[in-house]
Amino acid sequence: MSNFETTIGLEVHVELKTKSKIFSPSPVEFGDKPNSNTNVIDWGYPGVLPSTNKGVVEDGIKAALALHAQIEPHPHFDRKNYFYPDNPKAYQISQSDKPLAHDGWVEVEVDGKKKKIGIAEMHIEEDAGKLAHEKEHSFVDLNRQGTPLIEIVSKPEISSPKEAYAYLEELRKQIQFTGVSDVKMEEGSMRVDVNISIRPVGQKKLGTKTELKNLNSFTYVEKGLAYEEQRQQRVLMTGGTIGQETRRFDENTGETVLMRVKEGSDDYRYFPEPDLPALDISDAWIDSIKKELPEPPAKRRDRYVNELGITDYDAMVLTQTKEMSDFFDEMVKDGADPKLSANYLQGDVNGYLNDNQVDLQNTKITPKNLATMIKLIMNNTISSKLAKKVFKGITEGKEPKKFVKDNGMVQVSDPSELQPMIDEVISDNPQSVEDFNNGKDRAIGFLVGQIMKKTHGKANPQVVNKMLVDSMKK
Amino acid sequence: MNYFGESLNSIHTKLVNKKISSEELTKQTFDDIKATDGEINAFLTLNEEAALKKAKEIDQNGVDANNVLSGMPVAIKDNMVTKGLRTTAASKILGNFTPIYDATAVEKLNSLNAIDVGKTNMDEFAMGGSTENSAFKITHNPWDKTKVPGGSSGGSAAAVASGQVIAALGSDTGGSIRQPASFNGVVGMKPTYGRVSRWGLIAFGSSLDQIGPITRNVADNAVILNAIAGHDKHDMTTSTKEVPDFTSSLDKGVKGLRIGIPSEFMAQGLDEDVKDTVLKTADTFKKMGATVSEVSLPHTQYGVAAYYIISSSEASSNLQRFDGIRYGYRAKDAKNLEELYVKSRSEAFGEEVKRRIMLGTFSLSAGFYDAYFKKAAQVRTLMINDFTNVFKDFDLILAPTGPTPAYGIGEDVSDPMTMYMNDVLTLPVNLAGLPGMSFPAGFSNGLPVGVQLIGRPFDELTVYQAGNAFEQSTDFHKKTPKMGGNN
Amino acid sequence: MAEKISEEQVKHVAELAKLEISDDQLPYFTKQLEQIIGLFDTLSKVDTTGVEPTSSVTDQINVMREDIAENWHQTQGLLDNAPDTQDGYIRVPTIIDESED
Repeated sequence: MSNFETTIGLEVHVELKTKSKIFSPSPVEFGDKPNSNTNVIDWGYPGVLPSTNKGVVEDGIKAALALHAQIEPHPHFDRKNYFYPDNPKAYQISQSDKPLAHDGWVEVEVDGKKKKIGIAEMHIEEDAGKLAHEKEHSFVDLNRQGTPLIEIVSKPEISSPKEAYAYLEELRKQIQFTGVSDVKMEEGSMRVDVNISIRPVGQKKLGTKTELKNLNSFTYVEKGLAYEEQRQQRVLMTGGTIGQETRRFDENTGETVLMRVKEGSDDYRYFPEPDLPALDISDAWIDSIKKELPEPPAKRRDRYVNELGITDYDAMVLTQTKEMSDFFDEMVKDGADPKLSANYLQGDVNGYLNDNQVDLQNTKITPKNLATMIKLIMNNTISSKLAKKVFKGITEGKEPKKFVKDNGMVQVSDPSELQPMIDEVISDNPQSVEDFNNGKDRAIGFLVGQIMKKTHGKANPQVVNKMLVDSMKK
Repeated sequence: MNYFGESLNSIHTKLVNKKISSEELTKQTFDDIKATDGEINAFLTLNEEAALKKAKEIDQNGVDANNVLSGMPVAIKDNMVTKGLRTTAASKILGNFTPIYDATAVEKLNSLNAIDVGKTNMDEFAMGGSTENSAFKITHNPWDKTKVPGGSSGGSAAAVASGQVIAALGSDTGGSIRQPASFNGVVGMKPTYGRVSRWGLIAFGSSLDQIGPITRNVADNAVILNAIAGHDKHDMTTSTKEVPDFTSSLDKGVKGLRIGIPSEFMAQGLDEDVKDTVLKTADTFKKMGATVSEVSLPHTQYGVAAYYIISSSEASSNLQRFDGIRYGYRAKDAKNLEELYVKSRSEAFGEEVKRRIMLGTFSLSAGFYDAYFKKAAQVRTLMINDFTNVFKDFDLILAPTGPTPAYGIGEDVSDPMTMYMNDVLTLPVNLAGLPGMSFPAGFSNGLPVGVQLIGRPFDELTVYQAGNAFEQSTDFHKKTPKMGGNN
Repeated sequence: MAEKISEEQVKHVAELAKLEISDDQLPYFTKQLEQIIGLFDTLSKVDTTGVEPTSSVTDQINVMREDIAENWHQTQGLLDNAPDTQDGYIRVPTIIDESED
């Protein structure tokens, strides 16, 4: 099986989170009534003209910067011509010969090996409307028509399904950190078109590639590619040939099935869009956009390790999403201990998110409240045991200090308050005292437990421990 | 009444002095249109009810003495969308189409209280030079009913020439304002590309199309351009340059102006009377103090090929939206989507439109793009350079508008090649995006002959200046065709 | 150059343009297109080495709209003009070939 090499190409469409559409001021909103966010431009009415949304160009530049791509100083738009009911003008305004940016890369790590994967080009374009199919008819909703997209085309440098997965993961992360898109496949704000070919090792010419459709998650991309890689090898090894075809991934069987055979290439008759003036992207403009760009994940990771003393692993986990990383930064800014903050985010917070299947930004947990709780732990106001209850309060939107006070949860650390209880426990448990004096350290645990019982868990265990030892040595 | 012997100012004075009310004027305009349009066929749709209602309102509020267009009836070519008023681009595919928004040029006229009396006939989607390609009717030249009015703005030019209206809007992609102006003995200006918003103009060749005024005289033309010019946020190709008062230079004369006549425009194939008219016009300019010399635009002979590739390519894409899905004509009983597309388009587009769509689709298709579309776009650059070179030493270019005066109805349609060659003198101006104005300069066998003045980009002022100077020293613009016993 | 366009090519172009050219129209249409394309071919005589193509003659550059959403509330008017609608959707006949998505 190893005498073939695999070449995978990925075309990723990312939906931008602008307020208005790319060539029309209609709102970008989802889930509204069909065609309610459309106007004459979105319907391709006779006489209408497009007008470029500056926010889309700037978001595109942000994504290009994050992907280390060269920004084209004079990009222009082209028309891609084809008839379809979700494409009202019968042309899509896209970019062909001078796209917004080219020659970028992302770095992935697969099986412990780092590899840079090149990005051939990235361009901005308009999304199509949506179609719903029934037996006799299809139904057109143009709300999505004109939603801004960035299309990112990889160089033919991805050589395994695992690498494809890692590339997508890294691409998603880089773009997510720029804040221009939610990049969620399950919500359609990230869509992936995949092609794959194999060739005998040493052969220069690339093999015939097949395209895969219906890959609705990164896992399916990897699975679909892995299946297709195997299938192509089987075909070639049994003397067959690979057809230029589009295949559909079946989520249930994990197999790919033939959808259609491609005859020649599509003829989209691209030509420069005459309705839109050319763009001139100056270095000064790029610099000003750079300044707006949030700190990228790699820099954050370095900062966490070098300045905040977090472990490599923790820093990696915290920079999986911009939301988590921003949340962490705000907690630290608020005075919370970085290490403890990192522990809570990875432990209780992630646990809560997983249990409830929600995103951090859709919960009632705020960086300020979580930071306050950590500060309460740090100054011994609450024990880490009580903190579990406080955290539950935070998930319900409660302010920790008030929550602690209202529920009488303040930790008892005052020796004058604890001493009578300690004396009482020592006199009630002579056996344990003797065990302790005979070197059985475990005995102290039992005695601490007795104090905790008396104080309903509010005694500061460290203070109690020290006082017990001191009292028993007397 | 008809508008013979009138100007925007003369009518405006009557309105201000209450010699006539806007309502009376509008009513008489419709009466005249009804009396004469049976033989002219200039209009596709009349806007009588709404026009009279608006005229009444203007009368009630008082005609604005400082606004020449207040209460003034005008006509609009049927490729500019008018909210609530049927707009067809003379195509069956939009036969019953009622727009839900106004073109910017229309909206600007409306906001100045001009009164839109109706939509004028044209070649379908502005493709043609005779208005014979209309899906609905054939417009006749008011000077000789057996002749074409030119095109594609034939309806607008004939309506002005026959005295039905004082002014009309046309559009010009390769000569569609200037050539019918020449055939009808009226003044037609194609402004610089980007001077007038194309928002609401049903696109033909997007990099070539411009809206412009057709009027009885130069001064009126400048007034209408003042009203419709300017940057529009809906059309990103409109210029942000300041718009001058186009009437401000009318009386400056031509003394010291340097005028060039391109030798390539005076070459073989040009009608002798037309050639003679240009030379006489040159003499008039010389007498008034301009200098006139021969210049060269060496790539002129390639203009027709470059123009038909570019305009047809753009048109093939622009006209794809007419697919029977969202508006306009939908074929009956289509069994599936493919059939719906093919039947709707094949049944509702005329032959010339189909031909251009085919030519354009071919020129853009895989394997032919470089040899045709790209090559044409490169030749376009060379043609622009030709003009730039001439304008280093000259202020204006003088040239014939069309190779011949108006020709007979039915003479030309059968052969597209002949039809295309007729645009040879007007289309270079569109390829280069320059302002060009045709104005009456002579007659040939009783038919008007126009010549055109071409200016630097955004220098309509000098074009109007010279055009008005010529008009003041000649009588061609005062001649009128014989209309239904009125003259 | 001097490409001659074949009837087969004319059919292909008509397919791309969603136009129907009947078999008896085809020879006539092909001949006409051939003639016009012959005219187009005269451009091959022009030396355009190193010449930038012109696709627009606007004097504008970098004109853009700020990212502000506006709903023009045209939905009803748009639906009223559509030949066939249902529940706020535009309705079209069955799509056989899902060549785009």
